[in-house]
Amino acid sequence: MPVIDVHNVSKIYNPETIPVYAVNNVHLHLERGEFTALVGPSGSGKTTLLNIIGGLDAPTEGQVVINGTDITRLTPNQLIQFRLHNIGFVFQSFNLIPVLTARENVEFIMLLQGAPKAERERRVNELMAAVGLSDKMDVRPAQLSGGQQQRVAVARALASKPQFILADEPTANLDSHSATNLLDMMAQLNRDEGMTFIFSTHDARVIERARRVITLVDGSIASDTASVDVAAGHK
Amino acid sequence: MMLLLLAWRNLWRNPNRSLITMASVWCAVVLAIAMSSLQKGVFDHLVANVVSFYTGYVQVHRVGYHSEQTLENSFLLTDSIQNAVLSSPGVASVTPRLEAFALASTGEKTKGCLVTGIAPESEDRVTRLRSKVVAGEYSGDSSQRILIAEGLAGRLQTGVGDTVILLGQGYYGATAAGKYAVGGILHFGSPDLNDQLVFLPLALAQHWLDAPGLATTLVVSPGRPADTEANAALLRAALPADFETLTWQEMMPDIYEHIQTDTASGAIILAVLYLLISFGIFATLLMMLAERQREFGMLVALGMKKWQLARMVMFESVFITLTGCLLGILVSIPLVWWLNRHPIRFGGEIAEIYERFGFEAVFPASLAPSIFWNQAIAVLVIGLLLSSYPVIKVLYLKPVEAMQA
Repeated sequence: MPVIDVHNVSKIYNPETIPVYAVNNVHLHLERGEFTALVGPSGSGKTTLLNIIGGLDAPTEGQVVINGTDITRLTPNQLIQFRLHNIGFVFQSFNLIPVLTARENVEFIMLLQGAPKAERERRVNELMAAVGLSDKMDVRPAQLSGGQQQRVAVARALASKPQFILADEPTANLDSHSATNLLDMMAQLNRDEGMTFIFSTHDARVIERARRVITLVDGSIASDTASVDVAAGHK
Repeated sequence: MMLLLLAWRNLWRNPNRSLITMASVWCAVVLAIAMSSLQKGVFDHLVANVVSFYTGYVQVHRVGYHSEQTLENSFLLTDSIQNAVLSSPGVASVTPRLEAFALASTGEKTKGCLVTGIAPESEDRVTRLRSKVVAGEYSGDSSQRILIAEGLAGRLQTGVGDTVILLGQGYYGATAAGKYAVGGILHFGSPDLNDQLVFLPLALAQHWLDAPGLATTLVVSPGRPADTEANAALLRAALPADFETLTWQEMMPDIYEHIQTDTASGAIILAVLYLLISFGIFATLLMMLAERQREFGMLVALGMKKWQLARMVMFESVFITLTGCLLGILVSIPLVWWLNRHPIRFGGEIAEIYERFGFEAVFPASLAPSIFWNQAIAVLVIGLLLSSYPVIKVLYLKPVEAMQA
């Protein structure tokens, strides 16, 4: 069973007057363990689609089924709860809570989940080590580089033990070296732990590494290609 | 706990702004406490001067005495009536009086006065009369001497050991005339009382007025002055129907109304003060809200419930107001203590106005803890009320729109 099933989803702005199709009749299946990039020019609808998959935005038509749950039928409060336990997010910017340290930012999501203290501590240590920032535990975001902040955001996304991680332009504000490091780390998490990553991106470095690239044009899927070599390597 | 920590740290994102807002709250609280404590101090002083030093908090008379204060409205002072009053809940002590207006005369000087027959020991328990003696001695129950207020003594040019003639109307129109030695001089804070009071032991007064065994008043001292109304209500229920029970507010409505009016105007001034700082706090909260739209959107996207976010915003508002308030209270305590120890003393016209009400124009600040708590509660309520707008905004927040803000 696909982890994410998008059935004929459309997002239409101004449906009564001049309809604008941000997402137009998208049909999509995403399997566990994918490392997929949603690409396309600005305004093509990739962030809107990512928001709909993440339950942050509601489609005008269609269904989004995640692990058997149709999230378009959930109430706003149920959606918040669903996101907390099933979906990890990495945003382009404004990712971390500036008044919390790196450790507290990662722990925050587990606090919301009501995880016990011992488990929180153990997992924070594991995740900070996994993203290579064990020495930056007690540093606030303002004292971290952009790349380090995104790594903390990935650690936080993983902390909730999600079904998949949605990353909206995660490398957009990073220099080349930081972007490469971040993508290496994400690819490793995907390879070693089978974590599903879905990116919305313009970045060629992300597209190069993706094993599946879905191209959106004017809200519709123009192409959906899998990299045979990488897919074969993954098997 | 997490929300409290987040709220507290959020306050210090822009320390200058938070400190300025807290300073405005601090300033308002110091002003409010100083004003309230001075106002309450004035009223406490007034009550202490006029009420507790003579009138008492509650009086019991025969029905009709309050409207027509003559000996014909006196009553037979029995143990049963005194015991009925004493056994009423909340009553700490009681003392009888026999009051009559008279002329006091020495040599060429004559002046109108209020002659009061008292039981010196119980009178002292109720009104601490002994503490008012500035010359001579306080009377015993069987004394044949009188006590005279300092102002009246001055006008009569008399002193301890001199003789004063009292001339009045006794029971059922009998002439009351007597010649008494002055045993002590009393000082009252209230110029009104200081100019007209004469005290005789009760038995001597009854003899002078030809009113054996009679009294006009029972002065009742409640255990807690704040419970005066409640105690008076219990007394009314407990005493026979031919007795009336009056609180000091009923006996001196002009003073009570003055206190009420002044309290109301003080409350309006405080409300204006708090309204002004509320705008400042609200502006700060609006700025905080506008600056953090994206962050709020991100938090809800991650899975933070909106009511958790709303509580965090509410805590921030309460922290900013309560911190300013607590600092204000800390500064106010020594200030009010100093104003209590060094009361403001007015002269001239202001003094005359207050003397017309019968008390000295001295303003010692009150140290009542309620003044401080009231400000804390008022500021807490303001903080909660002001947080309602950001709380509503948070509850209606749409994460995608907020993150695009």
